[in-house]
Amino acid sequence: MAIALVLVLIVVGSVLFHFLSPWWWTPIASNWDYIDHTIIISFWITGVVFAAVVLFMAYCVFRFRHREGNRAVYEPENKRLEWWLTIVTAIGVTALLVPGLFVWSRFVNVPSDATEIEVVAQQWQWSYRLPGKDGKLGTSDTREVAAENPLGIAPKDPNGQDDVVVEAADLHLPVGKPVKMLLRSIDVLHDFYIPEFRAKMDMIPGSVTYFWFTPTRTGTFQVLCAELCGQGHPLMHGMVMVDTEQDYLTWLGQQQTFAQLSAPQQTGSANPLPGKTMASALDVGAKVETVEAR
Amino acid sequence: MVDVTPADAVPPAEVGEMELYHPHSWWTKYVFSQDAKVIAIQYSATATAIGFVALFLSWLMRLQLGFPGTFDFITPEAYYQFITMHGMIMVIYLLTALFLGGFGNYLIPLMVGARDMVFPYVNMLSYWVYLLAVLVLVASFFAPGGPTGAGWTLYPPQAIMTGTPGGQDWGIILMLSSLILFIIGFTMGGLNYVVTVLQGRTRGMTLMRLPLTVWGIFTATVMALLAFPALFVACVMMLLDRALGTSFFMPAIVEMGQQLQHSGGSPILFQHLFWFFGHPEVYIVALPAFGIVSDLISTHARKNIFGYRMMVWAIIAIGALSFVVWAHHMYVSGMHPYFGFFFATTTLIIAVPTAIKVYNWVLTLWRGDIHLSIPMLFALAFIVTFVNGGLTGLFLGNVVVDVPLSDTMFVVAHFHMVMGVAPILVIFGAIYHWYPKVTGRMLDEALGQFHFWVTFLGAYLIFFPMHYIGLIGVPRRYAELTDMTIMTESAHHLNSFISIMAFLVGFAQMVFLFNLIWSIRHGRDAGGNPWRATTLEWQTPQTPPAHGNFGKELPIVYRWAYDYSVPGAKEDFIPQNVPGSFIPSREPA
Repeated sequence: MAIALVLVLIVVGSVLFHFLSPWWWTPIASNWDYIDHTIIISFWITGVVFAAVVLFMAYCVFRFRHREGNRAVYEPENKRLEWWLTIVTAIGVTALLVPGLFVWSRFVNVPSDATEIEVVAQQWQWSYRLPGKDGKLGTSDTREVAAENPLGIAPKDPNGQDDVVVEAADLHLPVGKPVKMLLRSIDVLHDFYIPEFRAKMDMIPGSVTYFWFTPTRTGTFQVLCAELCGQGHPLMHGMVMVDTEQDYLTWLGQQQTFAQLSAPQQTGSANPLPGKTMASALDVGAKVETVEAR
Repeated sequence: MVDVTPADAVPPAEVGEMELYHPHSWWTKYVFSQDAKVIAIQYSATATAIGFVALFLSWLMRLQLGFPGTFDFITPEAYYQFITMHGMIMVIYLLTALFLGGFGNYLIPLMVGARDMVFPYVNMLSYWVYLLAVLVLVASFFAPGGPTGAGWTLYPPQAIMTGTPGGQDWGIILMLSSLILFIIGFTMGGLNYVVTVLQGRTRGMTLMRLPLTVWGIFTATVMALLAFPALFVACVMMLLDRALGTSFFMPAIVEMGQQLQHSGGSPILFQHLFWFFGHPEVYIVALPAFGIVSDLISTHARKNIFGYRMMVWAIIAIGALSFVVWAHHMYVSGMHPYFGFFFATTTLIIAVPTAIKVYNWVLTLWRGDIHLSIPMLFALAFIVTFVNGGLTGLFLGNVVVDVPLSDTMFVVAHFHMVMGVAPILVIFGAIYHWYPKVTGRMLDEALGQFHFWVTFLGAYLIFFPMHYIGLIGVPRRYAELTDMTIMTESAHHLNSFISIMAFLVGFAQMVFLFNLIWSIRHGRDAGGNPWRATTLEWQTPQTPPAHGNFGKELPIVYRWAYDYSVPGAKEDFIPQNVPGSFIPSREPA
């Protein structure tokens, strides 16, 4: 008997928790409100099914509980009912899947006017590369990574010379412009994730992965690594600032190109790189620096 | 060794076949036993023991998440070792071993009317190799550097690199070796279960008269025999990468400023191999639970299982489909994005046969005569948690919805609800149900009630709110949640609440363990068939069943396993071995 009541309470409690609790997603800052809508559809469909099944169970337990002299009904099958339930379920599943696949096709098809920006992950910090005046990123290779070329940009590729390198510092993005994030790692798996943008994708050493989005409001957003990458994983934070066009251009003007950064190497100077001041506060971040300074 | 072949003489003709087959010494009866029932108990006891280690580890991680910064000994390294070992133990060494090695060994021969497994000697070896696998796993806790902290998915390259605990020490090597041993041991047992179901059934026990428990375990075993080889090769290759410096999964890598000697390997190949095993693994755990819970509900509701044939086909359909959905674990892995369309579709299709099973369970309750015994309570709790966890699976399976939720606490809550809590509730229900057959005594009812309520409500209160922490966007596998802008003060409080619930639920398991031990001597006498059930294991001449299970004559089966409350019958159940000519059994044709 208690169990029937508890089953009802579970449904009521879960629904109340869903609507009243303060724990909900962060205000969105990208164009992926489509994804939020799909989640809402999912909540409605699955919520109704959950409540229906558990309340039906509660009713059965209450109504058909054992009492002296009761006897169950013998009914091995009911083909009509079984087919009917199968069809309704199939319709429900389709209602979830179709909008999901529709939004997924938007997610994987990058608009042609998206600016390419590269994110390079390593244990346990984020660096970025933006195309220079030619609008193209130079090729790269993990084998090229060295103290004076931390992102492994191919030195012989002319397209790479004017690339803007932001090493272990914050990334700025202009609001309202679609960007294609090209994701690369030089050591282990990482995952570039900003909760407010809703998008994320793993980064795999040896491959370039991507996702795209359009920032829809200015602000400062925390980057989190979402793929276990060793003991520094929980502290692998970064920052992305979404700026107005003007602020963005000001910031961009202060950054250095790959050619400028490699210049000291040609003169033999061992000065620390400019981006370094913002290096991750992790011990291991410091270890990377010592290795590079050697 | 069993002395089936005396060294000096051929046994005289008057010694019966059965006599030759029985063990004749203490060692061969209780330790190196070839009796599936003894092997089942060995499997179950070992799995339970290592399961308590996993429970303890979960307490440690909940200490860290619920009360961050309070416990200095839980460093990030230690935290990752806890989560890795907890996950691996629960999925492989507890759930797989207990369902297949434990319940499979005990129930298959008894339920199909066989004297034992078809290959008893190989069956015995299966257990001893499993025990060795467990010992190797435990050894990693004492090895230099401790156990691996790579996460239970063991993704390379980090799994074998210095930034991960155990990556360049013994941890990962022992982990991979232990898995390889486990798979070898499982294969020996698994072949037995399959052949026994196919070849060892007694007269009259057609496939469509098998109890659903046997269908569930049988299908899960076939799946495991097909899925574990993928994990096996992945483990061997990673072991080679780690020990010999090959590059199956290792591309060119710069670690802490140093170029490593690897090149050309594919980290994502490992993920495909892992999940080709890993997704079927979910159903390897779920299908036996589906089967067992069907029998619990039917027996304790005194009603035939609704839609038996549909249930069997649903089990087979789920088993087959589960081999073409694996990459839904990899939507954000960086694999080709067009895979998403395919795997989302297959994944959501699998919801249809799964939903049919749920409908048939609740429709079995409809117009039943529901006895709210402890096994029935656990079965009801299973339906609640399984429906909850299954429905959140529709979020994560639907590729684009997975993008924000993947790798967050939402995923942790989902899979704990659906493949942690739900199957474990079935395990508890099954233990309360079959303990009387195994020991001849009932488990204590009052302790059982306490165990049920704390476990069910506590587990729901742990994992239901956890989804919402994931919805905020909090990633999983974070040893520290400080310095995270999305993590509000109230979310920290929620985490503390979840931790307290976890300690309570863990405590209830200690009470359960006490009940298991105490009732062996002090439990109420059960008799041969306390639940008045129809299946063959309840019709044995002795309780606990003797070696050989059924005395001189094997039972003959006349009807399906679900003749409860048959109209016109005197009792509300008719055992499968009761001839049916005078009772209108209406089993489906």
